[in-house]
Amino acid sequence: MDVDNAVVVSNLTKCFGRLVAVDHVSFQVKKGELFGFLGPNGAGKTTTIRMLTGVIKPDEGTASILGRDILKENLKAKQVMGIVPEMANAYVDLSAWNNLMLIGQLYGVPKKERRERAGKLLRKFGLHERRNHLVRGFSRGMKQRLLLCMALINEPQILFLDEPTSGLDVESSRLVKDMIQKFNKSGTTVFLTTHNMDEANQLCDRVAIINYGKIAAIDSPEKLRMRSSGLQSIEVSFDKIISTEELSKIRGVREVKKMGDKMRLYVKEPSDVLDRLVDFARSKKLKIITLNTLTPTLEDVFLKLVKES
Amino acid sequence: MKSYFYWEQFKRSFAIIKKNIRIYYSKGPVIIFGIITPLFLFLSFYIGRSMSAEALLPGLLGMTTFFTATSVGPAIVPWEARAKTLERLISSPISVWTIFLGDMLSSFLFGVVVSAFPVIVGLFIGVQIVNPWTLGLGIILASFCFASFSILLSAYPPTDTPAGVMMLSSMIKFPLVFISGIFIPLEEMPTWGNIISSISPLTYFTDLAKYSIQGNSYYPVSLNLAVLVALAAIFLVTAIKIHERTMEKRL
Repeated sequence: MDVDNAVVVSNLTKCFGRLVAVDHVSFQVKKGELFGFLGPNGAGKTTTIRMLTGVIKPDEGTASILGRDILKENLKAKQVMGIVPEMANAYVDLSAWNNLMLIGQLYGVPKKERRERAGKLLRKFGLHERRNHLVRGFSRGMKQRLLLCMALINEPQILFLDEPTSGLDVESSRLVKDMIQKFNKSGTTVFLTTHNMDEANQLCDRVAIINYGKIAAIDSPEKLRMRSSGLQSIEVSFDKIISTEELSKIRGVREVKKMGDKMRLYVKEPSDVLDRLVDFARSKKLKIITLNTLTPTLEDVFLKLVKES
Repeated sequence: MKSYFYWEQFKRSFAIIKKNIRIYYSKGPVIIFGIITPLFLFLSFYIGRSMSAEALLPGLLGMTTFFTATSVGPAIVPWEARAKTLERLISSPISVWTIFLGDMLSSFLFGVVVSAFPVIVGLFIGVQIVNPWTLGLGIILASFCFASFSILLSAYPPTDTPAGVMMLSSMIKFPLVFISGIFIPLEEMPTWGNIISSISPLTYFTDLAKYSIQGNSYYPVSLNLAVLVALAAIFLVTAIKIHERTMEKRL
């Protein structure tokens, strides 16, 4: 048994007819880690999480959750998980309270603990006042908060969240993100799929980027940014309009893009190009209004990797 | 260890029962439909004929138990697949048989409870029940059998359209009513009619109800009981096996 890793995935593959949705994917998630699974729509994120949570069976490969094989010990693996599936709902004809009691019972949580935990979770997520109301009348944000409560009723050691903030209002999204961080700090391993770069950047210790069912990269958001040196850039604005063609003639500049009233110069070594850019401004009698060196955002890295794959 | 696992899963199926009763069975229209359908079917046959209450009750009871125990069962899985709650259940630490045992038991309970109505009405109008224990056992076994049958009705095709499943199940259920000795007694059927009626589980319960109320039956009582038990087991095991195979296609 792997004592350091909460999730161990090896060559996981799933096909739907001729489409290879997940193609020999391998990775590990450390215990206590907040791991992001990033990818564009249709990249294979949900299929991967569905296999890891035992909803669908892989065609090839293996995966284990805290040492429990998802195929051979399916129910034992599910017992230690909390799940917020992207494509699942709470029962809209049950109250929030009864939804929690149902899930608690399905996880075998004793009645007294079930009631105590449900009360605490509903308070934490701001749903206690509405606990006896049918979920049918809940907003999307409230339903998502309830789904999180349902995922936490068994006090899971690992939490799987499939696009947990997708389509939420700002307040609910912030609350959900705060709670994810809080539960992670208390020792719960979190596996999060998202296509939101900011979310992954703010929350995750490490991210895996998946596209067309294959892993394109796995690293910390910071290291991924550093690795993509070709995406470093200088943002400059002058007092007069200057064409991109003129700027692209400066040695070391790979590409120039107009971004509103600013110009973004993609370069290999920003420090080398900076001197030449100042010389260029002097020679053209231009006044530099703003000048910034920019490291690539996770979004830049993501787009580059997706493009490459 | 294994027995603990099965006991734990059995306990968890009670959560499914509670959920089903709250969402599906406690609704007024479902209860009314369960009583009204067999009653009207029966009245359409009864009105204009001079028959004793004792001769009528076995048929009415047979239809009530059959229609109530199979009323909601076929729609639960497609309904939940459509409402996206099925995935939540599948991702919980419960096996597929736990889910369907819960579905079957909730249909069973509904069948038993609603079947009490025609019995109470019969007693109220002076019908003598000759073999009450046989009738009680018959209602329980028949409700098990029909509830298992209702789970089988939703097993294939793996759809998320409740209306489609309900239409398909009606196409199977209604012909069974006409070949089960309710409208034409088994004794009056030709040999080929008896052969056809023997494939319907409802035949054996109607015959048991006739024995319990009128004191005579076409088949031996032990055979009726044994067939209901055997069919309940066959329907349930087959239904669960098919559901296990097709579950991914519903998600």
